[in-house]
Amino acid sequence: MRKTCLNSIFELAKKDDRVLFLGSDLGSKTGDDFLKAFPERFFMEGIAEQNLIGMAAGLAMEGYIPYVNTIASFLTRRCLEQITVDLCLHDLPVRLIGNGGGLVYAPLGPTHLAPDDFALMRALPNMTILAPSDAVQMRAIMKQTLEWPHPIYIRLAKGGDPVVFPKKTKVEIGKAFSLREGRHAMIITTGAMAHRALEAAETMGKKGLDCAVLHLHTVKPLDEAALLEAASSFPLLVTIEEHSRIGGFGSAVAELLADRGPYPGPRLLRLALPDTFANHYGSQDEQLEVAGLQPRSIAKAVIKSLFGA
Amino acid sequence: MIDPEQTLEPLFPNSPPLDSRSADLRRLVLRAMEGGGRGHPGPALSLIEILRVLYDDILLYKANKPDWKKRDRCILSKGHGCLALYALLADKGFFPVEALDEFCHFNAILGGHPERGKIPGVEASTGALGHGLSIGVGQALAAKLQKQAFRSVVVMGDGEINEGSVWEAALTAAKHRLDNLIAIIDYNKLQSYGTTRQVLNMEPMTDKWAAFGFTVHQVDGHDVEALRTTLKTPPVPGKPTAIICHTIKGKGLPPAENNPAWHHQSRMAPEQFSELYQALEVK
Repeated sequence: MRKTCLNSIFELAKKDDRVLFLGSDLGSKTGDDFLKAFPERFFMEGIAEQNLIGMAAGLAMEGYIPYVNTIASFLTRRCLEQITVDLCLHDLPVRLIGNGGGLVYAPLGPTHLAPDDFALMRALPNMTILAPSDAVQMRAIMKQTLEWPHPIYIRLAKGGDPVVFPKKTKVEIGKAFSLREGRHAMIITTGAMAHRALEAAETMGKKGLDCAVLHLHTVKPLDEAALLEAASSFPLLVTIEEHSRIGGFGSAVAELLADRGPYPGPRLLRLALPDTFANHYGSQDEQLEVAGLQPRSIAKAVIKSLFGA
Repeated sequence: MIDPEQTLEPLFPNSPPLDSRSADLRRLVLRAMEGGGRGHPGPALSLIEILRVLYDDILLYKANKPDWKKRDRCILSKGHGCLALYALLADKGFFPVEALDEFCHFNAILGGHPERGKIPGVEASTGALGHGLSIGVGQALAAKLQKQAFRSVVVMGDGEINEGSVWEAALTAAKHRLDNLIAIIDYNKLQSYGTTRQVLNMEPMTDKWAAFGFTVHQVDGHDVEALRTTLKTPPVPGKPTAIICHTIKGKGLPPAENNPAWHHQSRMAPEQFSELYQALEVK
């Protein structure tokens, strides 16, 4: 997914000379093809992320579209004030690409995990948040980032995520996409949780439980119309995210339903990471297992919620 | 070893007296403070001559066309000094001078910190410190990429440069050989709590900027002629410029001069203002 994202930036740069690539101190040879083709539009500026954001703001003020890439935790936490003031207050078209959203960097420990990036970015006016499900969706949505007039945060997943998004499907920032029809409950996903949700739905389907899966690659702005329609159509909505249960995707859906959902409305179950720092290393999959975010646990939680067993 | 208690010998002990233009601009600062009933007078008054010379003699701009492409970009990174900037922008006709009377009012364009998009002539919304130099680096870099001749001038406070992000930006400016970037430091030697030496000593100031790759000048920040000469000095090709302006916080208003209590003032009585206006009468 990351490779697709970087390739997409390169493709955009070929089409449009406003596109710049800015990195902090990324892995050796990152963006080499971009560097070779457009050395004057490629910047690797060191482990000085706050400056990187301010610099991107200055470049955007002069008409450029900077794509800024570094590790998600450093990007969102360390640079929160620069993102707030320099990018969002000025409402500039800078694109922030966060490597390792959620638990991708599991073996590296809590300093490198980003289970709070949605919460931090969601609180900022003018910010758009994208969390594509897989490489195919990433490619499709990156094309849309060129002309989007606001700052964007793009969460990258681990890479090699199973492709669930059908090729040549139209993607639109802010629009939900149905991955599976169903009638008993709807699972609502974002990012790389999409394939886990689908797998859970397939498992339940074999037992006669028919769950729809709605995927939102855009965490902000939320596709409110799609969510409100879902709230009127299903007795149970289940949000699934690789993010803290505070302030993330499920929170956004809960806020919408609390403010504008039908009454009486559906039950809302939020499956998310607990409000704790990760206490394990291992792999992303292992940590998701502990958090109850793997397909089997998801299915179990849905069944329990529907039938109390 | 630097003794933080030791006061710095003033480098320029004999500033020329303020002339009528400097007094007029200070009156505009007072006018805005009267309008808003508050403000940061100390940090604004040390800046008046710096901004005056920039807007009178140095910067290229069109007040009636603030987004003119070829203009020099000037960012007041120490946004709390905005009363000085507002005085200059009003004086130059970026907006009607009457706007000063509504400083900090609910529907005003002029707030307690300057905002891009609201105030004609303001290049960046500042107030959170340590942001302006990075933005200025981005703009100066853009000028190089686009082969434009405009310069980027960033005015910072001496307390502001405590922020680590300023030094990240300084490294980057040197890396990209931004000789179209001028960093100006309003070195009034007082920050909010006390002296810069007590709070966080930035000396040796000139050595620091030089070590970060800048051509460094020092100047009396209240000496209009000296500021003109320094600001007109062409840059060394391939190097950004830093100008350390030695100033007096609250300059021109005796109760405010060198007085940390005048960093910010609110609920000022009308009698106080008449005293301050009197102090500005050119002797």
